[in-house]
Amino acid sequence: MINGVSIVSVWVLDQDSAKEFYTKKLGFDLTTDIQLDSGMRWLTVRSPGGSGQEFLLADPARSMLDADTAVQVRALVAKGALSPGVMATTDCRADYETLVERGVEFLQPPADRPYGTEAILRDDSGNWFSFTQRRVAEPGQPG
Amino acid sequence: MDVSGLRALRRARDRIDRDYAQQIGMAALAAEAGYSLGQFIRVFCAAYGETPGRYLTRRRVERACELLRSVNLTVTEICMLVGFSSLGTFSRRFADIVGRSPSAYRREAARLGGPAPIPGCFALMWRTGLPAARPAGAVRPAGRSGPPAPGDAGSR
Repeated sequence: MINGVSIVSVWVLDQDSAKEFYTKKLGFDLTTDIQLDSGMRWLTVRSPGGSGQEFLLADPARSMLDADTAVQVRALVAKGALSPGVMATTDCRADYETLVERGVEFLQPPADRPYGTEAILRDDSGNWFSFTQRRVAEPGQPG
Repeated sequence: MDVSGLRALRRARDRIDRDYAQQIGMAALAAEAGYSLGQFIRVFCAAYGETPGRYLTRRRVERACELLRSVNLTVTEICMLVGFSSLGTFSRRFADIVGRSPSAYRREAARLGGPAPIPGCFALMWRTGLPAARPAGAVRPAGRSGPPAPGDAGSR
């Protein structure tokens, strides 16, 4: 059966800039950066402390997309419409301070939610991510 | 519009999302994005389907909804906290968007009880309307309804 998610694709506007942002600012580890024969640059990063999931930082203009579609996807990324997912943290408030110091843009500072403490950040392309420290569920309490 | 133009618009919109509680001057926002006020309003509308002023109002009302649900402050205090300077304007705009007065909204939220069915981040990013705009709570027997929360799986 399926036993996990190994790679999630994140559309980015500039792979060099994204590589810098994810590794230097967010602290991800670079796992692959190779040029495929198809013209696609296979660029992946892995979150520190994660159990192996990677992001494929993909350029729509050098992917399986046709040219018109690539233009549309790039526009959606640039206008901030896309959200690839949630990044997990064990200390949302402290990590928020660290990331802000490194120049990461946040849309929303850490706030208490029923499911934990959550901030919202953008990557250098315009993708937004929830940045969440999960609340440990207490028995009988809604998460 | 090209990618750099869209990016400038997104930064302007992010600024509204971040600084909604302050007095945000649309002319200054337009200038930062590299437009005259008229052009800015037009291109913002083209990209996001509503004027920047309307977006700011929705953002403030959406924040007010959360405060009305979750904190013990008066309606007037909440009105000021989210960036309105007049209670009359706040109440009118709130009713326009949510479909009832702030006090009625709060009474209903209290009656339904429990944590808000929609995670804050989704409420923030939602373009199509506020959680209160649909009667989600009405069909909520015990657990939560609504879209899955980020990181929600297995948290209960």
